[in-house]
Amino acid sequence: MQALLALENLTKTYRSGATDLTVLAGVSLSVGAGETCAIVGPSGSGKTTLLGLSAGLDVPTSGTVRLAGHDLGSLDEDARARVRNQHVGFVFQNFQLLPTLTALENVLVPVELRGESGRRGDAVDLLGRVGLADRLDHYPVQLSGGEQQRVALARAFVNRPQLLFADEPTGNLDGDTAGHIVDMLFELNRTAGTALVLVTHDLDLAARCGQIARLRNGRRVE
Amino acid sequence: MNPIAAVLEPWTWRMAWRDSRRSRPRLLLFSLSITLGIAALVALGSMGRTLRSTIDEQSKALLGADLVLSSRQAAGPDETNLLQRLGGERASEISFASMVSFPGRDATRLANVRALTGGFPFYGRIETEPPSASEEFRRGEGVLVEESMAQQFELKPGDPVKLGTWTTRLAGTLRRVPGDSVAFASLAPRVYIAGSKLPDTGLLRRGAIVRYRTMLKLPDVPPVGDIVRDNKEEFRRLRLDFDTAEKRREDLGKALEDLNAFLNLVAFVALLLGAVGIASAIQVHVQQRLGHVAVLRCLGASMASTFSIYLVQALALGAVGSLAGVILGSAVQFALPVVFRGLLPFPIHVEFSFVVAARAAAAGIGISLVFALLPLLAVRRVSPLVAIRAAYESAAAGIDWARVAVFASIAATVFGFALLQTRRWQQGAGFAAGLGIAFLLLAAAARALVWAARRFTPARLPFAWRQGLASLHRPQNRTGTLIVSLGLGTFLLLTLQFTRSTLLNRLFPPGNDRQPNAILFDVQPDQLDGVVALLKGLGYPVLDEAPIVTMRIRTLKDRPVKDLATNRAARIPGWVLQREYRSTWRTNLVDSEKLVAGRLVPRVEAGAARIPVTLEQGIARDLGVGVGDRLSFDVQGLALECEVSGIREVDWRQVRPNFFVVFPAGALEAAPAMHVVATRVADAKSSSRLQRELVKSFPNVSALDLTLVLETVGNLVSKVGFAIRFMALFTVMTGVVVLVGAIVTGRWQRSRESILLRTLGASRAQVRAILFVEYASLGFLAALTGLVLAAGGGWALAHFVFKSGFQIPWLDAVVALLAVPALTVAVGLSTSRGIANAPPLEILRQEA
Ligand SMILES: Nc1ncnc2c1ncn2[C@@H]1O[C@H](COP(=O)(O)OP(=O)(O)O)[C@@H](O)[C@H]1O
Ligand SMILES: [Mg+2]
Repeated sequence: MQALLALENLTKTYRSGATDLTVLAGVSLSVGAGETCAIVGPSGSGKTTLLGLSAGLDVPTSGTVRLAGHDLGSLDEDARARVRNQHVGFVFQNFQLLPTLTALENVLVPVELRGESGRRGDAVDLLGRVGLADRLDHYPVQLSGGEQQRVALARAFVNRPQLLFADEPTGNLDGDTAGHIVDMLFELNRTAGTALVLVTHDLDLAARCGQIARLRNGRRVE
Repeated sequence: MNPIAAVLEPWTWRMAWRDSRRSRPRLLLFSLSITLGIAALVALGSMGRTLRSTIDEQSKALLGADLVLSSRQAAGPDETNLLQRLGGERASEISFASMVSFPGRDATRLANVRALTGGFPFYGRIETEPPSASEEFRRGEGVLVEESMAQQFELKPGDPVKLGTWTTRLAGTLRRVPGDSVAFASLAPRVYIAGSKLPDTGLLRRGAIVRYRTMLKLPDVPPVGDIVRDNKEEFRRLRLDFDTAEKRREDLGKALEDLNAFLNLVAFVALLLGAVGIASAIQVHVQQRLGHVAVLRCLGASMASTFSIYLVQALALGAVGSLAGVILGSAVQFALPVVFRGLLPFPIHVEFSFVVAARAAAAGIGISLVFALLPLLAVRRVSPLVAIRAAYESAAAGIDWARVAVFASIAATVFGFALLQTRRWQQGAGFAAGLGIAFLLLAAAARALVWAARRFTPARLPFAWRQGLASLHRPQNRTGTLIVSLGLGTFLLLTLQFTRSTLLNRLFPPGNDRQPNAILFDVQPDQLDGVVALLKGLGYPVLDEAPIVTMRIRTLKDRPVKDLATNRAARIPGWVLQREYRSTWRTNLVDSEKLVAGRLVPRVEAGAARIPVTLEQGIARDLGVGVGDRLSFDVQGLALECEVSGIREVDWRQVRPNFFVVFPAGALEAAPAMHVVATRVADAKSSSRLQRELVKSFPNVSALDLTLVLETVGNLVSKVGFAIRFMALFTVMTGVVVLVGAIVTGRWQRSRESILLRTLGASRAQVRAILFVEYASLGFLAALTGLVLAAGGGWALAHFVFKSGFQIPWLDAVVALLAVPALTVAVGLSTSRGIANAPPLEILRQEA
């Protein structure tokens, strides 16, 4: 069976002025449906860059990215956006809720982007599952960091993605709250079969994943 | 999906609405920046329509007849034949200058007497008070007197009036006569009498300057234009001037259209300024939303649909601003007839016009859209990566054609509108090019400031100064936006102000308050000392005094005038050859004239063979003579051989005794002369007192009273000035709204920083000092660049459009240089006061 996410020999070089800075050099990685994978490494080692390339947020200098059967290199930006909307969910370190939208509206954005309607019930349900049933109409500023991240989690799952990308999802949260979020992530992995790709500093969290990719200076060392 | 399809998606509108949630009051403020411009367009547009239709309706009443022929001599057999041939209904008027006295008031004044026979006006009517007076005077039961003169002497119907040897009574006062413009009627107050009573006055002696007018009412076919065309040669041969209602309509229409076009451009300037305001607001708004755009893109939104969210917001902004403008403009338009009253020969009645409103609203939405597209384009370039990592400013590769297209459509819009208003290619192109140059120069000035701030901020400066100057060049600075919008505002406003003063100076030269306003004619040489003493006794100055010798031309370039007058090939207007020249002698030029060719010979020996004289430019052109040409004059039967030694340019707008022909001293002293004396009296009342005194001691002296004329002209100046200022007010207020908008929207960029500084221990005073330095330098540079641009623009307008000289009104310039930075700093500091007072935590959370 084909892997859900297959990265082959990814290289990313940034040109700044006259010098080239190679941020990723020949990284390969494969994540199957329902699997979990942690990307770890020191700060500046290229984790975020790798995640961005995997999700089609940027294009590699060389190498290929296959995501849910699509070769991202052959798609234009809008087509990649469609792939993201259909197959991928995101959780960010700094939550990235839209501040002008309520919790419920934030969760509904991916649904609306698909042009679907009548999914309000699902969204309310999801927010209930992350423990925010009574905060539907609150704006992000009215929520704590942990609550915001739970809304982000609900938003990431509302389209029932096959794959969820999370860049240091607990980096801005305290231990207890972080643990709660992580539990939810794995719970969704189990119940919905969503594959997880997590960037993290937290070794305990990494240890719970089926696969660990270690990066150093843009190279995969393990 | 393309942006147009995306705009039609309901989701786009829903997102646009939600996305605006926390910015709505602010967005509303920006939308107001085009409101005033739209309001001005709506008001002027409705008035323009009303004017056009009123002029069409009243065009015949503008003249009171279909065709008016006027002449300096009584009709001969040829003219009688011509009139017979033209047919239609006829009326006639004989007019001349004469003193009229009011025995009951012991007052005398020079008036323009008009003896009317027949049913003129055929269209419209002579408006009098009481209305019945217009019929009474026709029956010979009394006269009509100019309303202003009746007021001056406090005359009432029934009061005695003496005209030459005819004593009658005042039938009523004259308000309006078709064909005469209100503004200049008081140059010589009119007195209407019945034609049948003219012999009773005994005033029509030989030699008096008389104008004969024949007014005709003609059948609809053939058109008057054809009649005029077919008879033009005949009119010229008989020395008949003609006037038609159609020509009046065109002249008036053209003058009003010009004024209307100018005011419309002023309104458009306000609208443009507002559009710049919208653009700078969208710029800030979009910058603030780039993070959201990135997140939406991560979640799978296409470029087109995220772009459309903000496009829809810009569209809504334009629509709301335009709607408010239409409402405001519809209210203001009812004030305009009051503003323009007295400038028009008829009252106007403004009505709301849906077409005008719709057109203005479309202009508002369209122009705010093209301007907003410029900053909106940034949305297309947002990478979804921004959501997971702070943005890196990556230089876009190659030419962004969309950007080029937006610039082109802005240029096309500006050019198109200017063309629509002025209907002249060069002016439309000049307007658009001027704005383009202004835009580029301002952008260049902003770049220079950024560069200079980065390079030359001395390390010795106090902390606040270094921080403030650094804000000018740090990433996400507002230097470009603010300099362009503030500078463009200053430029447009100052240009308007400069143009206004150029325009008004051209129409009405300054210094009217020191000019004579009463001129005494026909003072005999032996009366001169007495008249001067009388003036001195009453406390009035002698501003000018000149001897006058009357003469006629005998020969021109050695050919007798009689030959020339009948010789059509000579192409010299008859009146120029046959008129009576009232000449003087002087040894020098006066203030109101300057020598443009040849020289002025101050004096000649008695008995010189040829007397060197100077001619006024216009009359020299009419006579077809230049320096060195010969001519001779007939002074009471005596021939004076002369030669043109110089040509003078005379500023006729100055109320001075000015002369067509000026002799040197030593040539005319022996001829019988009359004197003219110019003085200045305080007001119309003192003028009538002077006239009473004069009539007592020197009955032959006539006085031309200019107090009322000058008052009328002064009124006209202030009316035109007021109309322009009224419209300019819209631009000024727009400028203020734009300034406030630009600063309020940019606030968030500075507020985080200010809070951070406060967290780090900066005092509020320090934070304020930093902001002060930034705003003051922005305001000052913007004002300075705007001033330089306005000086260039003002000069170009004066030079190419008004064809007049240009002087920078330094007072305005200095005011702008001080006011713009002061206003910028004041608005800037007051909008950040909220930040200083709120708990930093609150704001850090909100602005995150
Ligand atoms: N646009 C860019 N231009 C130049 N260098 C970049 C750019 N984006 C990221 N980098 C560099 O790439 C390296 C890896 O960044 P990142 O993937 O964010 O690391 P991590 O997430 O592991 O901390 C860093 O050294 C960063 O400075
Ligand atoms: Mg990272």
